[in-house]
Amino acid sequence: MGCCVPETPGKNAIEVREVRKVFGAGEAQVVALETVSVSIRENEFFTLLGPSGCGKTTLLRLIAGFDFPTAGQIMLYGEDIAPLPPFKRPVNTVFQSYALFPHMSVAQNIGFGLEMLGKPKSEIKARVAEMLKLVRMEALANRRTSQISGGQQQRVALARALAPQPKVLLLDEPLSALDYKLRKEMQIELKRLQSETGITFIFVTHDQEEALTMSDRIAVMSSGKILQVGTPHDIYDRPAERFVADFIGETNFLKAEVVGQTNGRATVKLSSGVEIPASLPAGFSPAGKVTIVIRPEHAHLAGANDKASLSGVVENVVYLGTDTHFHLRLDDGDAFIVRQQNSRGGGDLVAQGSRAGILIGSDAAQVLKD
Amino acid sequence: MASAEETARAADRKDIRERWLLSAPALAIIFVAAIGPLFVMLAYSFMMKGDYGDVKPWTFSLDGWTSVLFQRDIFDDTLGLADAHLTILWRSIRLSFYTTLLTLIFGFPTAYFISTRAPTTREIWVFLVTIPFWTNLLIRTFAMQQVIRNEGLVNTALIWLGVIERPLQIMNTDVAILLGMVYVYLPLMVLPLYASMEKLDFRLVEAGYDLYASRWQVLRRIIFPLVKPGVIAGSILVFIPSLGAYVIPRVLGGGKNMMLGNLIELQFGSGRNWPLGAAISITLMVLVMIALLFYVRNVSKSETGHG
Amino acid sequence: MARRTFDIRAQPGFGFMALLTFFALYLPIAALVAYSFNAAESLSRWDGLSLRWFASAWNNSTVQDAAIRSLVLAVWAATLATIVATMAALATTRTRPYPGLTFKYAFINQPLMVPEIVTAVALLIVFSRIKVWTGYSGMGYLILAHTAFCIPFAYLPIRGRLEDMDLTMERAAADLYATPWKTFRYVTLPLLRPAIIAGFMLAFVISLDDVVITEFVKSGGQDTLPTYMLGQLRRETSPEINAIATVFLALSVLLVTVFFFVNRRKT
Repeated sequence: MGCCVPETPGKNAIEVREVRKVFGAGEAQVVALETVSVSIRENEFFTLLGPSGCGKTTLLRLIAGFDFPTAGQIMLYGEDIAPLPPFKRPVNTVFQSYALFPHMSVAQNIGFGLEMLGKPKSEIKARVAEMLKLVRMEALANRRTSQISGGQQQRVALARALAPQPKVLLLDEPLSALDYKLRKEMQIELKRLQSETGITFIFVTHDQEEALTMSDRIAVMSSGKILQVGTPHDIYDRPAERFVADFIGETNFLKAEVVGQTNGRATVKLSSGVEIPASLPAGFSPAGKVTIVIRPEHAHLAGANDKASLSGVVENVVYLGTDTHFHLRLDDGDAFIVRQQNSRGGGDLVAQGSRAGILIGSDAAQVLKD
Repeated sequence: MASAEETARAADRKDIRERWLLSAPALAIIFVAAIGPLFVMLAYSFMMKGDYGDVKPWTFSLDGWTSVLFQRDIFDDTLGLADAHLTILWRSIRLSFYTTLLTLIFGFPTAYFISTRAPTTREIWVFLVTIPFWTNLLIRTFAMQQVIRNEGLVNTALIWLGVIERPLQIMNTDVAILLGMVYVYLPLMVLPLYASMEKLDFRLVEAGYDLYASRWQVLRRIIFPLVKPGVIAGSILVFIPSLGAYVIPRVLGGGKNMMLGNLIELQFGSGRNWPLGAAISITLMVLVMIALLFYVRNVSKSETGHG
Repeated sequence: MARRTFDIRAQPGFGFMALLTFFALYLPIAALVAYSFNAAESLSRWDGLSLRWFASAWNNSTVQDAAIRSLVLAVWAATLATIVATMAALATTRTRPYPGLTFKYAFINQPLMVPEIVTAVALLIVFSRIKVWTGYSGMGYLILAHTAFCIPFAYLPIRGRLEDMDLTMERAAADLYATPWKTFRYVTLPLLRPAIIAGFMLAFVISLDDVVITEFVKSGGQDTLPTYMLGQLRRETSPEINAIATVFLALSVLLVTVFFFVNRRKT
């Protein structure tokens, strides 16, 4: 217990089966979710990542029971909960705006769920005390929720949702209202709470960095569809589609041609004529013209003696403290960015306007599906 | 698949049904004690008047409506214009118009003054406008009477100053009604004006001065167009109750200088002509509706205009 | 610091006009209050300060009856109006537009659109008939009529508050196992309370102030304080009327002040 990624895929806590959600009718119809299927494992920190309007919040609300799917099933440990109202689902939500009841104290907020479940007073009291301790808010138990800071409200919202011991905790962009420093702290805090309670977390965010830091697995969503599900590592290094590659981190897109394939790896020919190895998305074997992606930090500026894979003119040099970005215009007209870490004193600066070659790491290139 | 959609639709229907049930008591009360009677009144306007007030039920007659504008000559039974009614109608419209104009002339600078105070003192000024607004209309009318009656504040002061020898007769004139209406309805002008001025972005005024506008030009070309919705709202809020005024002309106009409201009362009282009273009431309501439509059209226009 | 700088917000003469307006707003009220302390028999003279007219009004049984009737009527009308307006506000907010919604808005706000005198005579027509048919001529008619025109005033702040409240709080409650009724009882109602109080107070003041509709609906011996005063104004007035008006005024100011602070604490 307590570790992050279960070695063997455990039981599924949530199974979303071919769920579709349409708002409105007739002319004004809006499809919020195309037919979507995804499984979320027990004890997992699972993140739904995507830009606003991609359907991630809709999916979360369907699991919470605030909306009902137009079609499909939502299984909670094998039982279809899609038709149940929210107060009959053993699932709790941490709301984006926290939704703390302003007319109740911190302790009353935390005890609300247990009270509604009709638990005995003594049990509620003990559980509230336990929760206050868990989120380190013992001192503020009797404060009004309007009298505490944003970070503290966030903790109360967490404690309130955890108090009834839900089978799954849903978090709807809970950190978006916090400032940068507090957000970083709460990210660590959330990970701690998840491992301490052992509850399955489903986390919604549009912040790719947040998703990469916290999740066991991420589902990247766009326009009502799930594009890719995988570990943060998979998603970052092996994006399957252009949208995923583009949405997460900075990326160079290059035109290339597949010239050979051996078990999951391909050899592609770049516009410069140089051939380099590239990874393929699972179960995808393309031929002919493809797009490949290379992360800026996986490429280097070539030294005088290196044999460069690509070459072009340095159009702009941007100094960022930890590293420097070199914006190049390749010979075929495409743009390419190289990110190089700065070292103290090491200043073999490439001047703006000069020509430079680019070295590409042997495992840097990834072929996209589209 | 279809069943999921069907359940969603059924839930929608249930929600709408519950919402009707929930609003039913309010709708019922307003129907019984406000809207329904208006329809009965409409029917009454087409019946023959009873000898001692009321109507002769189910006897159709257009007399009520014709007597709104015409009167039958007692001797030769020909129809002539009802001068008295026309005078009253004209007085109602004219006084309401002047009232709107005067409240705007005094209300605009007042609202502007309030909206340019510091936020904390602003609240106090608004509060000072709100107090008369929520004070009984009759009491405010009566208070105006204290100022303009023959032994009242104005006359006492003027005589004491030696400006006049005998008190000015203000009471029981159109001027008295006008003063009363301006006094009573002034808050109705100031409050909506203030509401729109409060939202005024003074960076736009700064931009105006930056582009060489004078104070007057800034007022006319920038501030006034931006607060126009408030001007229209205030004007309507003043014009409509002025048109239907009853208490103010009764107390300050002294029975002779009637407005439409008093003419209506007269028909239901000593005039004993209920169908005529009903017809005048409906006429008044139509005038109000026209004013409201004018308002709705202008507001929607200025809203789309500002995009 | 004698140099005058350019004030972006100033407009010439506006401050003077504003102060003149405030002076004009309060001068008549001040005159009314001042004359209520007049010791003289009539309003045409000033005989020095006295509380005699307050005492005389206090001991006037007609005034007492009218005052009590006004208060009872206002409590009834405001209570009923607030209850049905709260229900109506819940039914007409926080929803997608549904058939009949605009109709409901128009219906509920209708008493604000029609001149009071028109509603008054329409009620006279209907209620006088019903009084003859049923033989009942009690306070019921006044309570019903007052409730009707109080509804939009009670409705306004409650609807406003509901529109500011999204459904998140209710969703949070449902998420925490509260049934719809418990959600209403423990979350919606407490959150609405300031608006309900505000709505009640508005309705109360509106009912207390009404002259025109009351004048036409009341049966014999059902004078409220405003209709009693209207009747008295026809005659040669004595400072007793001023005394009554002053007390009435004080009550209104008190209510508005309380309302002001209740509202301010909310925001």
